Amino acid sequence: MVGVDDSHVFKALAHPTRRLLLDLLFERDGRTLTELESQVDMTRIGVMKHLDVLEEAGLVLTRRSGRAKLHFLNPVPIQLIHDRWIDKYTEHHVSALTRLKTSVEAQE
Amino acid sequence: MTMESQTQTTQMYRVYINATAEAVWEAITEPEWTVQYGYAPLVEYELRSGGSFRAHANEGMKAVGCPDVISDGEVIEADPPRRLVQTWRMTMTPELAAEAFTRLTYEIEPVRGGVTKLTVIHDLTGAPMIAAVLRGEGESGGAGGGWSEILSGLKTVLETGHQLPFQSGPA
Repeated sequence: MVGVDDSHVFKALAHPTRRLLLDLLFERDGRTLTELESQVDMTRIGVMKHLDVLEEAGLVLTRRSGRAKLHFLNPVPIQLIHDRWIDKYTEHHVSALTRLKTSVEAQE
Repeated sequence: MTMESQTQTTQMYRVYINATAEAVWEAITEPEWTVQYGYAPLVEYELRSGGSFRAHANEGMKAVGCPDVISDGEVIEADPPRRLVQTWRMTMTPELAAEAFTRLTYEIEPVRGGVTKLTVIHDLTGAPMIAAVLRGEGESGGAGGGWSEILSGLKTVLETGHQLPFQSGPA
């Protein structure tokens, strides 16, 4: 694996305020800190800290537009975890079939 | 559409890939690669400013009634292997084709130890239906997982040579 560590993603998702921030960005992307702050019952500094954790996990990306810093939801790290689990189950499935085949053939 | 369609709407995605910038560029611009991930189209790029872009349906998609050209647009800037800017719209249905041309930017940046950072910035102003599809909102209805699925699949195929099981449309 390269890029972001899974544990950062899980840690980031573990807090309800951070999940709320992601939900807000899912509803409408490209928001400023001021816009996000107005939707969350928390101090500006508090929201900033949560956004930092989300950014570190790769779940939020920022981009400057003039003077404003805009925040975007990046769901790719969650998708990567999801896909890796699918792969794991697929492999398990395949290896179970392989074992079945071997044991059936051994009995013949 | 409502006022919503006039609102500035941009989506931004990022993924780190254990591959060179050149390999990432090829995986985006060459049909041999694009058919292996995401919606698995066959892309056809004229990689110069003003050049055309077309994505053709693969055989599996055609078999379920997709038109030959599923998306099209025009290349605005092609700076291999670092930056590709193009207009883009989806032409799967007349409703989608009637939405505005969107502006799609790929930024490809080598970071460290052979790892490349790929950032997709998609300005979807005036294209609310396609914005929802690319967000993955139509996934349960079989419209696929949008950019998340595309980029995850691109990473997997470059790093492992394996294709993820297709979630949308047969390939």
